Amino acid sequence: MTLLPLDRNELFDRNVPGTTPVLNQMRVGIAGCGGLGSIAAVSLARAGLGYLILADYDRIELSNLNRQHYFVSDIGRYKTDALAEHLRAVNPRIRLTLHSCRLTPENLLNIYSTADLLIEAFDRAEDKIWLIETWSRGASSKPVIVGNGLAGYGRNHEIQITRTGNVYFCGDMTSQMSMGLCAPRVAIVANMQANLAVELLMDTRCHDHSE
Amino acid sequence: MITVNNRDELSWHDGMTVQDILDVMGYTYVLIMVTVNGVLVHSEDYSGTKVPDEADVRVIHIMHGG
Repeated sequence: MTLLPLDRNELFDRNVPGTTPVLNQMRVGIAGCGGLGSIAAVSLARAGLGYLILADYDRIELSNLNRQHYFVSDIGRYKTDALAEHLRAVNPRIRLTLHSCRLTPENLLNIYSTADLLIEAFDRAEDKIWLIETWSRGASSKPVIVGNGLAGYGRNHEIQITRTGNVYFCGDMTSQMSMGLCAPRVAIVANMQANLAVELLMDTRCHDHSE
Repeated sequence: MITVNNRDELSWHDGMTVQDILDVMGYTYVLIMVTVNGVLVHSEDYSGTKVPDEADVRVIHIMHGG
């Protein structure tokens, strides 16, 4: 891929004033690079986030393409590798750390130790639970943003943010994957996670500056 | 009085635990997360965690999908 000379100021010229220099200094961890993770990552890259830590053990299959930010040409590749290429196609200067491995309660905190916040983007509810429990034990002062209830279609009004402590849940809180996953609703929740991440990162920085 | 999920109210009694609340409310779905006044209670601690009067308890069902 040939990269054109890139002017960061021009790339983020339409960003919300004041966000670009702040977000460029921030690190977000994303646990899982499927529907939620890949879409949230692309939105954060476009928002001007400087650093992403991505982890997923899986490779891309055709059945992923109905909702995940991958293409036919990506099939068979590690999700982390393909997503990194797509993110750099948006912003060649984005800094990435990739982990093509299975996340576990044993390695989670180490992999995301430098992240300012974590976006949870797993498929299985059991995995979401151990991630929240592990994060709350080891990094309780940092937010974790969980996707919870994104299946089906329609029902925009049911998608919301529920906060308890430093755990934020984005979704309708009730729909199960067995209903089927449809791109618009997955993308709404993923972008709600990304949007909340930007808000929390900006709030953190504003709070730091006020002290 | 205990408030559960900003909606239901339960009478509080001395020694009341998270597990007591789950039993009274009839929660049988195992994929849940519980917080008491914003603090996460781990599943192995449900029976040993006492809930103070006036507590804000959240029981959140965790859904598959991502």
